[in-house]
Parts: sequence; structure tokens; C-alpha cells
Amino acid sequence: MRIDAIDQRGVYSPLRRFMKLILRDKAGLFGVILFLLIVLIAIFAPQISPHDPLQQNLRLSRQPPAWQAGGTWEYPLGTDNLGRDMLSRIIYGTRVSLTVGFLGVLIASTLGLVLGMLAGYMGGRTDSFIMWITNLFLAVPYLLLVVVVASILGRSLLNVILIFGFTNAPLFVRITRGEVLRIRKSGYVESAISLGASQGRILFDHILPNLIGPLLTVATFEMSGMIFYEAGLGFLGLSVPPNIPSWGNMLSAGRQYIQFSPWIAAYPGLAIVFTSLSMNLLGDWLRDVLDPKIRRSA
Amino acid sequence: MNSNVNSNKNDKPILEVRDLHVRFDTVDGVIYAVNGVSFDLYPGETLGVVGESGSGKSVTMMSLLRLIPEPPGRIVSGTARFRSREDDLDLLQLNMRQRAKIRGNRIGFIFQDPMSSLNPLITIGEQIKESLERHTKWRGPEARQRVVELLEHVGIPDPDARYGNYPHQFSGGMRQRVMIAIAIACDPDIIIADEPTTALDVTVQAQIVDLTRRLSEELGIAVIWISHDLGVVAGIAERVMVMYGGTVVETGVVDDLYAHPRHPYTVGLLGALPKLHENVPELVNISGTPPSLFAAPSRCPFEPRCPWAFKTCRERRPALESVQRDGHFSACWYDMEKDKPREVRR
Amino acid sequence: MQRYLLSRLIQSVVLMIGVLVLVFFIVRLTGDPARLMMPRDASPENIQAFREAMGFDAPLHVQFFNYMRGALTGDFGRSLHYRAPAMSLVVERIPATLELALAALFFALVVSIPLGIIGGTRPGSIWDTLCRGIGLIGQTVPNFWLALMLIVFFSVELRWFPTFGRDGLRSLVLPAIALGFFPLGKFTRLVRASVLEIRNEDYIRTAYSKGLLEQHILTRHIFRNVAITLVSIVGVQFGYMLGGSIYIESIFAWPGIGRMVNEAVQARDFPLVQAIAVFTAGFVVLLNLLTDIAYAVIDPRIRYEN
Repeated sequence: MRIDAIDQRGVYSPLRRFMKLILRDKAGLFGVILFLLIVLIAIFAPQISPHDPLQQNLRLSRQPPAWQAGGTWEYPLGTDNLGRDMLSRIIYGTRVSLTVGFLGVLIASTLGLVLGMLAGYMGGRTDSFIMWITNLFLAVPYLLLVVVVASILGRSLLNVILIFGFTNAPLFVRITRGEVLRIRKSGYVESAISLGASQGRILFDHILPNLIGPLLTVATFEMSGMIFYEAGLGFLGLSVPPNIPSWGNMLSAGRQYIQFSPWIAAYPGLAIVFTSLSMNLLGDWLRDVLDPKIRRSA
Repeated sequence: MNSNVNSNKNDKPILEVRDLHVRFDTVDGVIYAVNGVSFDLYPGETLGVVGESGSGKSVTMMSLLRLIPEPPGRIVSGTARFRSREDDLDLLQLNMRQRAKIRGNRIGFIFQDPMSSLNPLITIGEQIKESLERHTKWRGPEARQRVVELLEHVGIPDPDARYGNYPHQFSGGMRQRVMIAIAIACDPDIIIADEPTTALDVTVQAQIVDLTRRLSEELGIAVIWISHDLGVVAGIAERVMVMYGGTVVETGVVDDLYAHPRHPYTVGLLGALPKLHENVPELVNISGTPPSLFAAPSRCPFEPRCPWAFKTCRERRPALESVQRDGHFSACWYDMEKDKPREVRR
Repeated sequence: MQRYLLSRLIQSVVLMIGVLVLVFFIVRLTGDPARLMMPRDASPENIQAFREAMGFDAPLHVQFFNYMRGALTGDFGRSLHYRAPAMSLVVERIPATLELALAALFFALVVSIPLGIIGGTRPGSIWDTLCRGIGLIGQTVPNFWLALMLIVFFSVELRWFPTFGRDGLRSLVLPAIALGFFPLGKFTRLVRASVLEIRNEDYIRTAYSKGLLEQHILTRHIFRNVAITLVSIVGVQFGYMLGGSIYIESIFAWPGIGRMVNEAVQARDFPLVQAIAVFTAGFVVLLNLLTDIAYAVIDPRIRYEN
């Protein structure tokens, strides 16, 4: 009792430590807030959009943003080539991007987790085979793969989600397998095995909880990557059908008018930058918080 | 008593450290790693520094030439007077360039893990030579020749051929010999050896201990030998300094301190050691855990684990005080010889 | 070292065979490659004729055998659009793409290495903040958007550089910056992180304990170790840039492989797409092999392995 009392005297309280962690990383805090904001925008898109994102008005086409000559606050970020409100389209575009990001990562991580655990746990031929396929996918230039498959499958939201879900799985396989091997070798799992714990128990009690940290961090970065690449596909006209307002489709349209109406391409791009920024900051922050080794040094 | 030690007494210490305080600022709180350490090192002697990990023994010695990571490390106060033929200066007051002139030149270092202490991408010959070229006039082929001699001196067979080898082509013991060659390359006054045998096999340990002892005698180098192993220290040191919780708790000549330990912690340590001396009191296990260093010490750091602890121990920190025999000091409120609390002057 | 290189070589060959198989199946992903390759309004008779002409009516294993036999001789069929052998069309486009990718790589390395080293040696300084900022921006700014914005500012507004085409050094600047921006961020991050990490290594403490000066430690003890980490990623990033060039070459009308991908996809010229995919993947496999060889040259732990 007494020793504990002494030991705790100079140690910061958990709350203070947490605050220190957050405040030390102001960028991380910014990332978390920005991310939550973007999610809220996606959810409440119909409520906050000033206009119908699909409403065309050719008489009002290519109006500049409000602060430029000829712009009005009726259309704060201007209108596109068909006279649709840029701001509303960007707000709705959040939905496409986040849907692709969330579901894509969900598929990729689930697939990666199962295959990675299988490879790391079974070893032998299963391992070799899974890793060979994984490395094969990692050897092909990612963008090329995505572009080719997307062009073959055709434009639809489901196809895009499936493409990202499957093509991103290899990364998760690799990380899961690496972690499983590392954790299996660690002392406490070996002792659990020697104490006669069942395979399933070891997997779910010891290995799975340890995987959550690294996978969560990677998932954040990958989600950002998918949003990026979805926009890229849209830019080439290979993502969701053109009638759906997505940032990639907007960029694709904006490219034609880049000389005289640059805002049509500029603002959807900024939306991608901010979304990607929030997820990268979030990922960096998660990595710092979840890795006790880094946390140690002030 | 050891005549060697007495003759040393007539010299001035080559190194005088006074009231050194070092802290580490971490997310979890401030760690009080070294709390007022003072000691002397005499020319040519070997001083063993003993303590558990976290006792501050390495931090103390590495702080002298600022080889601790800063931040989080921070040397708060203290002096370290270094007095050799050419120099008389306070190591802690030096600027970066001045420190770099002392490091590897007047004071050499040997570290714990010879596997990671050598750069894997540079040949061992080059790693020794760069020290020579930094501090001495040796250059080119002459420097190379000198390196080959050094390698031979530390017992590396076929040194000429081995010059161009990379660290991974050497065994652990051989790498530690290379580290020793680096440490003695510029004929230093002091070598600080930070647990140099901990990572090695027992037989190799003995070889490294012998080599260090031989070289320090031949070249008249003073050695600070940091270890958590009292047995190893008994084999190499003339004097011992026992550290606990970032303070020196006892210091004295090896034979005297081992035969008549005066601090309860030393008594415990010796109890944990395979019997070397018959008259060591029985106290095989030191119960409890090493102290947490998250608070500024205001009491005896060993008090929570000490079987002799009493009221004063919880109120005030004991200072090192001379106990009967010459050069033997202990920081304890309890007089082990009289088996009663020491009289405390207020 | 020979054994190391031999095993890497075998791995590469096996991987390349895997790539061929992968491409074969991807093109047949919808189950009916003939319909995929023909215009949407083509009559069933035309599609059937095309199917027979391309050999898509044969059993799958026969198709596979023919495909692999063709692949071994470099024959990937004829482009439907250009009506010429697909692989030779790809080969014609190599110099332009290589020029652009190398320029982008050069831009990324020249900026990131000094920046990452300064940032890594002075954690917490302004330079470090700049480093982390660039690392972050590189990862968050899509290159196709950056390319458009560069055109808006430097071509349309300032008229410093041409908006498109491949015509001398001036036309190379904007596409190279746009394509090199992502690797720039990656390299800066990596160099900074590896300098930070290496500075904590025991052997760096040894270097300091020898009294070596900061400058010397940086050039002799840190650079080489950073180079090893850099080598491992330069190849990967180069491969990435081949993908990124699909956008950049399309935007700047740069007559390389990337633009050809876009054109072939839009024209549904899948024999050409297939040839590009195999070529690019093969190039990446080769890059990985070169990376492994470079490793062996720099790192004595591999060079002297028996």
C-alpha cells in the first residue's frame, strides 16, 4: 500500500496524460474534428445543401464563385457547365466518397484479416499460396489494375466499391500475417499454447485484439487512398455513372473548362484534399496513440 | 589494505564529479534519474559501478559527456572536473566542439551490445581509423597501420586481413574487442565501459574482463566499469560504488566493501551473489521492487524495501558518510556495526 | 551473393508468369471478352465473327495456351484501334513515359533528400514542420487535380509553361512536378523518419562517443543507412508513377504509355490494354529485381552472405 502511494505521487493522472497526448498533437485533434465534420456533412447532405445538386439551369451555367466578379451568394461556389450548384454537388459528393471509402475498407480489411490470419496461422502451403497471390497483386501497378478492371466491369457504385475492396485486400493480408507471426512468437502466446489453450482461443483472445491497432491505422490511410482513387477513376470517366454527383465526375467535367472556369475543377479537388488530410492526420494520430513505444518520449 | 589504492590517494583525482542531477521529461511524468551523485576517479584505477537497471549508473556516466538523449534527458546541475596532463576543465560546461575533443580522445567508451554498437555498413578498420583521424596526426596508410596494431593489441587474429571485414562477419566477443580498440585508439586517460560483458557468453566475458584489465594496467588508463554483476566487478575493480534510485548508497575499496558491507542494499546484493566471502550476513532476497523515480527524492530511496528502516529513513535522505575504514562511505541512517540507528544531527 | 540474386531472379520469373495469368483472367472477367471489345451497338453476327477471329470461341485452356505461347514470343495480338501489333505500339511509347517518370523522380529526390535530412536532424524545428507538412500534402493532393491547378496558374495565368504537348524541356516541367509530387511527399516522410530512427541507433551513439563531429556522422554514418531505406522505396514509387502517368499524360497530352492506357480504355481496345498491362507489370517486376540487386551492392550484410 505504502509503496504504491509513493510510486503514484509524481505520475500524471490518466486524464492529464490523455489531455497531454491530444494537446501535444494539435494536428491530430484537427484531423479528428475535420473527419467528424465531413461525416456529418455526408449524413445531413439534403438538409444543408442550398440547391438540388441535379437541378440544371443552362441560363446560369458557369457562374463564378460569389467573391469573383459576376458571382452571387445564391451560388456561393458558382455553377458548373450545366448550371448546377457547385456547393450542393460537392456536399452530395461527400456521400459517394465516404461510401466507397467505408465499404471498400470494410471489404478489404475483412478479406485481408481472414486470409492473413489463415496464412499466418496455418503456415506451410496455405501460407505460400496466399502470399504468392498477394505479392502478385502488389506487383501490378495499382492504378493500372484499377483502371483496367473498372473499364471492363463498367460504371456503377457497386463495381467501384468491389474493385477497391478486392484490390486493397492484399495490403491487409500482408499486415495481418506479419502481426500474427510476430504475436505468435511473443512470450505470452507461447505460454498460452504451452498451457493448452485451444487454437480458436488463442486466435480470438490473444491475436485478434492485438491486430486491431495496426489494422485500424492502416484502414484510415487506405480509406483516404480509396477516396483519392475513386476521384481518379471518376476523372477518367470510369467511376460512378455521370448522373451521380461525385467529386471525380465534377473534376472530369471541370477539366474541359479549366482555361476559363477553373473553379469547376478547383473546389471538388479541394474537397478531396481536405477529406484526405483529415484521414491522414487521424491515421498519424491513431498510430501515435496506439503505439506505446512512440508515446513514451515527450 | 590495497597499497595501490593508497598510492592513488596521493594523486589528485583525474575526475571529480559533484552533485550531479539528471532528469528525463516524459509524457508519463518527470523521471528523477540521477539525484546528487558525487564521486572521484583516480588516475589508473578501476572503479566498479554497481546497481540494478534504473539505478542511474549508466545515465550518470553517459551524462558526463552528454551521451544521453536530450531531450528527454536534461542535466539539471552538477560539476565534473576533469584533470589530466593537458586539461583542467569542467566537462559539464563544455560546448559541443570542446566535448567532441574529449570524447574518444581523452575519454573512451565501450557499450553493452557489441551487435548494435558498430555501424553495419562500414568496415571495422574504417570505424577505428575514423577515430584516429579525428584526434591524432595519423593519416592514410600510417593510420591504417596503427589500426592493424590496435587490432592485434586487442587480440584479433590476422588483423591485416580483418581490417576490411564488416561487423556482421565478427562474433560478439570479437566485436567487443573492436569496441575496446576504438576506446583505446587515442590513448585516453579514462575508459567508461557500460556493461561491456552483459551481452556476451560467460567464457567470452572473462576474456573481455582480462583484456580490459591488462590494457588499463599497460597503458595506465583509469576505467569506470559499469555492471549489475558484483562478481564481475570483484574481478576487475579496485574500488566499488553502489548505486540505488539515482544515488550513491555505498562506496569503498572492493575487499573492504565486500567483506563489510555497510548499506542494507549492498548487504542484500551480496546475499544474492554466490558466496565469495564467508562473513556476509544472510539476506538472500531483496524483497519489493526497485523504486519508481517519478518523484524528487526526499527520503532514503531504499527505505520501502529495507528491513532496518525506521522513522528517520522516511523523513530525510541520508548523505554519504565515512564509516570507520578509510575511503569507505555509506548513505544510511542505520549503523550496521553497532546495530542501532545512527545519531542524527539536526 | 550469387545465391541471393539467383533466388530473386527465380522469384521474378515466377511472379511474371503470375502476372500473365492474372491479365488473362482479368480480360475475361465478364465472361464474354468479344462483347466487351466490340462497340455496344455491334450486331450479334459481327460479335460472333469477331469472337471467332480472336479465338474467343475456343475452350478456355486452348485460349490460355495460345495466349501464353504468344506472350513468350512477345505477341499480344493486334490493336483494334491502330490495327498494328499491340506490343510494338507500347514499345514506341516507352521513351516519352520514361523521360517523364525520370524527371518526376529527379524532382522528388532532389527536394526530398535534403529536406528530410534537415528535418530529421532537427526534430521540432521549422524545417521539421516544413518536412512534415510536405509529407502530408504530398499524400493528400491528388496529382490529377494538382496538374489542373498547375496549368491554371503557370500556363493560363502566368504563361510560363505550355499547357500540353511534348516539346522540349519547358513542356516537361509541369507534368514532372505533378507526377513527382506524391513521391516527393513519400520520400520526405521516409528520409525524415529514417534519419530520426538511425539517430537513435547504438552505433550512432558510438560515433558520438568517438568525438566525431555532427557533419561527419551525418555524411558517413547516417547517409548510407538512409540510402538503403530509400533504395527500397524508389523502385516501388517508380512503379506507382507509371500508374499516375495515366492521369498526367492524359492531361498534358504527353505521348506516352499512360495516355495510351486512357485512349485504349476509352476505345475499348483491350488487346492493347492487355499488352500495356503485361508490359508495365513486367517493368515493375524488373524494377523490384533491380532494387534487390542495388540492395546487395550497398548492404555488406547481403553482399557477403554465403
